[in-house]
Amino acid sequence: MKLPSSMNHGTALLWKRRALSSLSTTRRGLPKPKMSDNGTTSRGKVLTIDNMNPTVKKVEYAVRGPIVQRAVELEKELSEGMKKPFAEVIKANIGDAQAMGQQPITFFRQVLALCSYPELLSDSTFPEDAKSRACRILNSCGGNSMGAYSASQGIDSVRQDVARFIERRDGGVPCDPDNVYLTTGASDGIVTMLKLLVCGEGATRTGVMISIPQYPLYSAALAELGAVQINYYLNEEKCWSLDIGELQRSLDEARLHCNPRALCIINPGNPTGQVQSRECIEDVIRFAAKERLFLMADEVYQDNVYAEGCQFHSFKKVLFEMGPEYSETVELASFHSTSKCYMGECGFRGGYMEIINMDNDVKDQLTKLLSVRLCSPVPGQALMDLVVNPPQPGEPSYERFIKERTATLSALAEKARLTEQVLNTVEGIRCNPVQGAMYSFPRITIPEKAIQEAKKLGQQPDMFYCMKMLEETGICLVPGSGFGQKEGTYHFRMTILPPTDKLKILLNNVKEFHQRVQASQRVYVEGF
Amino acid sequence: FHNSECNFSSIVVKAGQISNPLLNCSKMAYTVQANIAMRDVGTWVLPQHLSGVRKSYREVIDVSWGDPHRAGVKPLSFVRQVLAACLYPELMDGDKLMVDVKQRAQRLLGTCAGGSVGSYCATAGIPQILQSISQYIMRRDGGVPCHPENIYISPGSQWALTNILKVLVNSEASPRTGVLIPVPCHSTTIISLTTLGAVAVPYYLREERGWALEMEELQRALDSAKGVCNPVALYMINPGNPAGYVQSRKSIQEVIRFAAEKKLFLLADEVYQDCVYGKESEFVSYKRALAEIGAPLSDSVELASFHTASKGLMGECGLRTGYVELVNLDPAVMKHINNLFSTNSCPILGQIALDVMVNPPQPGDPSYPLYLKVRHFYLPASLAQNVRRVEEVINSFPDFSCQPLEGGAFAFPRVFLPPKAIERAKEAGLQPDTFYCLRLLEEAGVLFSPGTEYGQKEGTYHIRFCIMTPTDTMEEILRRLSAFHEQFMKEFS
Repeated sequence: MKLPSSMNHGTALLWKRRALSSLSTTRRGLPKPKMSDNGTTSRGKVLTIDNMNPTVKKVEYAVRGPIVQRAVELEKELSEGMKKPFAEVIKANIGDAQAMGQQPITFFRQVLALCSYPELLSDSTFPEDAKSRACRILNSCGGNSMGAYSASQGIDSVRQDVARFIERRDGGVPCDPDNVYLTTGASDGIVTMLKLLVCGEGATRTGVMISIPQYPLYSAALAELGAVQINYYLNEEKCWSLDIGELQRSLDEARLHCNPRALCIINPGNPTGQVQSRECIEDVIRFAAKERLFLMADEVYQDNVYAEGCQFHSFKKVLFEMGPEYSETVELASFHSTSKCYMGECGFRGGYMEIINMDNDVKDQLTKLLSVRLCSPVPGQALMDLVVNPPQPGEPSYERFIKERTATLSALAEKARLTEQVLNTVEGIRCNPVQGAMYSFPRITIPEKAIQEAKKLGQQPDMFYCMKMLEETGICLVPGSGFGQKEGTYHFRMTILPPTDKLKILLNNVKEFHQRVQASQRVYVEGF
Repeated sequence: FHNSECNFSSIVVKAGQISNPLLNCSKMAYTVQANIAMRDVGTWVLPQHLSGVRKSYREVIDVSWGDPHRAGVKPLSFVRQVLAACLYPELMDGDKLMVDVKQRAQRLLGTCAGGSVGSYCATAGIPQILQSISQYIMRRDGGVPCHPENIYISPGSQWALTNILKVLVNSEASPRTGVLIPVPCHSTTIISLTTLGAVAVPYYLREERGWALEMEELQRALDSAKGVCNPVALYMINPGNPAGYVQSRKSIQEVIRFAAEKKLFLLADEVYQDCVYGKESEFVSYKRALAEIGAPLSDSVELASFHTASKGLMGECGLRTGYVELVNLDPAVMKHINNLFSTNSCPILGQIALDVMVNPPQPGDPSYPLYLKVRHFYLPASLAQNVRRVEEVINSFPDFSCQPLEGGAFAFPRVFLPPKAIERAKEAGLQPDTFYCLRLLEEAGVLFSPGTEYGQKEGTYHIRFCIMTPTDTMEEILRRLSAFHEQFMKEFS
């Protein structure tokens, strides 16, 4: 195709695209005039379903999807006095610990209160170490206020503290603060990295590998970016373990129709809760090195490890311990957040990412992308500073801090164990050990009749099941179809977060509901 | 840039990089990168560098951001007390805090899941705060109805704008989606657009007429898009940024009719709506103006209007919270917009600040006297004083000119650079106004941002600086600027 020599590069691209694209539904149409009842046309909308960005239409986020919307409606009906088979709606759909009654860490809240209203520095009820922390944070804020913008990459001193934390966590492996970016929750970092990675068209369109089941932020982001989602299945029979053979299979198949560039892994896992072994992490790193994939390690649950024999190994640490052949070449981004672990401070939108071995020009692009949202919330940055720099032995707040942290983590461990135990007493529910994170993702058998009914309604069977559970028990869970699962299997994701006594009731109600569902199938069959 | 060495040569290299020459805005975007680098130097490197070097100044005054706190303005007490109480409810025991602070904190904590600011909130934001915002909007607009379901709170207004742009911009479409933007325009919007693959179609505001928006120019811009892109939206900033204009009701209604006729989606960036000080000026929201035009336009013209906790006299930029109100959108499209917002929720603390912004202390409340004094006397008076002094000083120079400052947070004067300076800049691979700002930073310790970052008519140069500072800071800025300017002009005469 000969293009006029006067044509510049960008327009040339447009021509090429036009020539290559067939008549696609994405071609923007002009707004069609609407006919009203008496035949006159009315002005159509400028922005319609037909001409809006088609990739946005593919965005779904099950954690806050239709079932949650129904749960909110039910809450409203309850509050208006409508009679229901339950007294309250329990939102076991979202990993929000404090919404379920988990207490925040006192020290963190004291420091943040002092940062918000520094006049409190003269108040003797605040411990000295909280005050000195607050002063340090405020000194690094513009105008000594959390209300000033920070640098796009995040407050300098906080990034340095994060780097030191990472070094301590990883047994001395060096961390350059320049590689640390403070983000609006881990989600912001993840989506920004994906934006950087996605390019190309058609056969060269970027493919991103993600575990199935996965946390639906990934599928939503990939849909929005028009990237190719490459699924690799975790092995439910082996406690959701990751198998390199499966990674290879999915990659080889994907290479036929896209350009795989990244591999995402969530460890500890969401929704599955598995904690990857060190060997597995090494295997994944070797795989990524061999196949030239950018590694995205979502490690927001790194403190949430409960099972005996399980331990969190950071991808960064393992990478560096594998020697320069890997540590100098494999490109890695690892993500952390203030929302999970023992902090549970979701509402602060605090997070960071550490980028290893990224090309400098790409880093410039990253800086530019991040600058659009100016900076991440400063209170979240301050909170992250406290998370990576908690009270030390000998400091006034240390005892209380350790007590609170231990209590929170051990309660979670207990609830993880309880959940697995109770669910496994139910015929038709099989729950893998909840090794870490905040969820159980049990497999459920759904009676054929229910599956048919679901299909008639155009619903996934596990959505149908969860909706029914919501209407009958007030318990809001997220169907496994929202996370991805092997064809023909059904799951739900339930958080382990409600207070223990409530959790016991919850689990019991789930058990009874499931037994009712199984029984109704039997009755039907017998009655035939 | 994060070591103590002041790395001007690196800035020069970055500032000189011009990437894809296809679009002016691409050039602008890369200049922004240089300016981000410059800001890094000014704010974080230069201060460290200063200890070993003889300079005429002790510290750098950074007014390159629209950030009153950074510039030295103190936060409003009431909002900070409420935040502290929400963060650490034990504070409410005893009499440390005033009754209305406690009541507000308790009410707001009651709206948070689990009674904590550490929980997630609903997709669009805390429902009671959405309710407060909608009531504020109704009061603002003289009773024009506002439905909370049309409001989405987000981590900053730019975040919401990006989400709306995501829906409008079809990156697979051919021709590409176009969005009309004013020149000058603040840079984050431009980067947002280009990152999404849209084409920015500039329409030039008329500087000599107080940065007026002329309809013929809008038409010209629209015509220029023919064959290049498919314009779907018209973005306006009112009050302006960087230019300090406030649009008249008449002008707004002309724009609305234009958008209706040309089938354009209206994007109204109104984050400075609380920052109006021009004697003849009045802020009229696009929503209100639309309602006043009446049916059928008031029921059909699609509009997104943006506001924030960052601007206005509260200036809580670091909390990162803003919102968008969507008017007359297709319900089917709204469903998808909801999905977009659902993946990253908004900070709770910022929403609390928003609640105070739309629902401040009232007469009779214990906190009211202090609030009144600061918010309605002290801050506006300082701002008015700054405006007066800036106009006085800038206009006293023959090679500086500044349009009347009516609203917003900035002055955007034009600087008439001598040919020698322009030459020197070009040799260094810099835009002339970037060169001016770099020298200003190095020699006077004042950080402004250059007009190139915002777009300007070819051959004109501007500088932007924030005027929401304490009055003595502004005096110091003007003193340093004057001294530098004389020196600079002499050097390049």
